[in-house]
Amino acid sequence: MRASRISSARREIAAGLRDSLAAGLGMFPLGIAFGLLVVQAGLPWWVAPALSVAGFAGSLELLLIGMMVAVTPLATIALTTFLVNFRHVFYSFSFPLHVVKNPVAKAYSVYAMIDEAYAVTAASKENWTGWRLISMQLAFQAYWVGGGLAGVWASALLPAHVEGLEFALCVLFVTLTLDAARTRKQVPPLLLAALSLGTALVVAPDASLFVGLVIFLVLLIVRFVMDRRRGVLNA
Amino acid sequence: MPETPYILAVLAIVFTVTLALRALPFAALRTLRESVLVRKLSVWMPVGILGILAVSTLRTTLTAGSGNALPAAVAVAVTAAAHLLGGRRTLLSVGLGTLAYVVLENLF
Repeated sequence: MRASRISSARREIAAGLRDSLAAGLGMFPLGIAFGLLVVQAGLPWWVAPALSVAGFAGSLELLLIGMMVAVTPLATIALTTFLVNFRHVFYSFSFPLHVVKNPVAKAYSVYAMIDEAYAVTAASKENWTGWRLISMQLAFQAYWVGGGLAGVWASALLPAHVEGLEFALCVLFVTLTLDAARTRKQVPPLLLAALSLGTALVVAPDASLFVGLVIFLVLLIVRFVMDRRRGVLNA
Repeated sequence: MPETPYILAVLAIVFTVTLALRALPFAALRTLRESVLVRKLSVWMPVGILGILAVSTLRTTLTAGSGNALPAAVAVAVTAAAHLLGGRRTLLSVGLGTLAYVVLENLF
């Protein structure tokens, strides 16, 4: 009885590790780039693993490197974190958290509900178990933190400063924007975002990111209210 | 360069805000799921936020760097072309775009 339970747990862990491989193939190299950028930016090396444990949210961590170097006000850091990570609210609707019974494991599963974990569970129709889900999430964090440390280590092999490496972040956001803008429905929000940032650059050039994000959120809510008044919301 | 207390404050903020966004919805799942506003935001927000971040990081490079816009323009074009024509392989697109920028920036 006990032996069979152990062997089924082992099978589930192996399945979770297999589930993690495809996304891990992207996470580990990106982690290396992250670790490299932390050191290249002149931040202490431990910022790489510390951010990956505190936040565990790839694109935000990359964004924070530049913001920390510029000693961006903490309010801007908080708002940027809130808006960039707001998508996680939507993940909770379909994430199979109910399969995790142990309270500690459950807490970890919520903490480690990253884009990749959500995407893998959303794309698979399989029966998730707690062992499988947690082992996949632990593997993801191992790839990410490990990649960051490998990047810190690799930075010692590079010349003191490679001019322009930080541009990786900008082109990463270009690809993510292209991925998010696949349908015509995405054109209005993109135009509202352009209007928001354009306005912010004129009225508050020193805090354009913060002001731009706030204007964007306000415009979306205005659009929602107007749509509801006109009765064109298809709920 | 930031001091250690500032870095620790950033870590605390990032930890608290991110965990709250991941955990709180589970406590109010039904309310949120039935909210039309939340559902609409889930469709409208990502593309706009990502676009704002793309332009903001581009602007940071242009204002902080050598002020030469050509490498940045070429690198963004290379990235977009590689991404749309190369089957949306993020690592490949980002790698090529960054390489283009680093090479151009160090040549000119």
